[in-house]
Amino acid sequence: MSDAGTVLKSPLHSAHEKLNARLVEFAGWCMPVFYKSIIEEHHAVRKAAGLFDISHMGEFRVKGPGAAAWLNTLFTNDTRKLKPGGGQYTLMLREEDGGVIDDLIIYLLEPDHFYLVVNASMIGPDFEWLNAHKPEGITLTNESDETAAVALQGPVSVEIFKEAFPQATTIPTRNQIVNFTYEGQLAYAARTGYTGEDGLEIFVPVALGIHLWEHILKVGKDRGILPIGLGARDTLRLEACLPLNGHDLGPEITPLQAGLEKFVSFTKTESFIGKSSLEKEKTHLRRRSVAFTLTAGGPPPREHYEVLHDGKKIGEVSSGTQSPTLQKGIGMALVDPAVTAPGTNIEINVRGKNYPAVIQPKPLYKRP
Amino acid sequence: MNIPTELKYLESHEWIRIEGNIGTVGITEHAQSELSDVVFVDLPKVGKKLAAKDTAAVIESVKAASDIYSPVSGEVIEANKRLESEPALINTSSYGDGWLFKIKLSNPDEVGALKTADAYAALLKG
Repeated sequence: MSDAGTVLKSPLHSAHEKLNARLVEFAGWCMPVFYKSIIEEHHAVRKAAGLFDISHMGEFRVKGPGAAAWLNTLFTNDTRKLKPGGGQYTLMLREEDGGVIDDLIIYLLEPDHFYLVVNASMIGPDFEWLNAHKPEGITLTNESDETAAVALQGPVSVEIFKEAFPQATTIPTRNQIVNFTYEGQLAYAARTGYTGEDGLEIFVPVALGIHLWEHILKVGKDRGILPIGLGARDTLRLEACLPLNGHDLGPEITPLQAGLEKFVSFTKTESFIGKSSLEKEKTHLRRRSVAFTLTAGGPPPREHYEVLHDGKKIGEVSSGTQSPTLQKGIGMALVDPAVTAPGTNIEINVRGKNYPAVIQPKPLYKRP
Repeated sequence: MNIPTELKYLESHEWIRIEGNIGTVGITEHAQSELSDVVFVDLPKVGKKLAAKDTAAVIESVKAASDIYSPVSGEVIEANKRLESEPALINTSSYGDGWLFKIKLSNPDEVGALKTADAYAALLKG
């Protein structure tokens, strides 16, 4: 953090400092990794509610006649499945091999008017990519610097949302987005998240960020809400087997390897960038993502640890951690597609020692 | 931040308690608070010979694995087996039940090169 000059600060930075957050650099941003304890914060989200600063993520707006058709040529999912107010997870690929540039959520606000939420580290590259492919008549704007965003997640998050924002008369259903007025300004609330719990992601003009953060924490206090850092964000998303770009996804990893084919439409009208590579790959998949748990106690699996089966290397861990819910080591790994059946015994090599593990169905955690 | 005066320190946040020619080693309260929840500890084997600043143990928090260095040279004579089932003792009792290992010093002169509590406190203040 000594390099403060080159690291971006969230609009909620002073609120994190006030809460004595432990700050780290993540994707070029100075962000809280935890406030008190990753494990405590994790359980708060599973049992009650947690509030995450996600202002580092990027927001783009795409508008104009033919926007839905154009985005269908760039993203894997089918924008025509969306009704106004709907959202979908989708992926943006390279042409040459179908490797993932970024994974994102796109919302259809109204016909041919989209709101895109992209990964923090990819705001620049994504914007350039979209801009380079953009036809005449469509406007693309990067609203990332003007937007503060929080994720309110956990079983009581909707109750907190209703109490905190009585003016939002429509509560979005799963993957939907609604707009409402917050302090006289336009705000969005989407029923999405990255934790495996029910919850909302809320977007407001940057000047209202701290107000929004403090307002939700105050309203949620009696229901057990805690501010949550990136540490618990990672353990929560891993239990839910949600991929993290740069680890479980990336330019060398395709959606088929990652097991995300349900977000790839091979049948939509428009062809998308990377489609022919994926079609070729279908018949000879090089590796496939699996989830696993350590059988007994052991060190948390980490990225790049070797995965073995019958004494032979079959792949590598793409991300891993100690699961606070399951209280054991968990992870996802990219392995030989012949060795992916749940129940298969594998081993994870940690510092020269092999620890027994078992391939599990995804997700490792499903909310009750 | 608690920094007991009877202990000696490394700049990498290990402490050592010297009693005769035996040293007991752990990590400081500051170090455990930086790591947050400790979930696993790889302890050195009894009989292992270490040189000063050799990696002696690995502490895993939820977030990351951290190497722990031996403040002095010598032979490991005991490892804190309680940590295998209760690694969080490092968080709750970093100078007490959360100790890591005991080492028989082979070169007691090295102790003079370690940091005093005052010097370690000054290092934390930066």
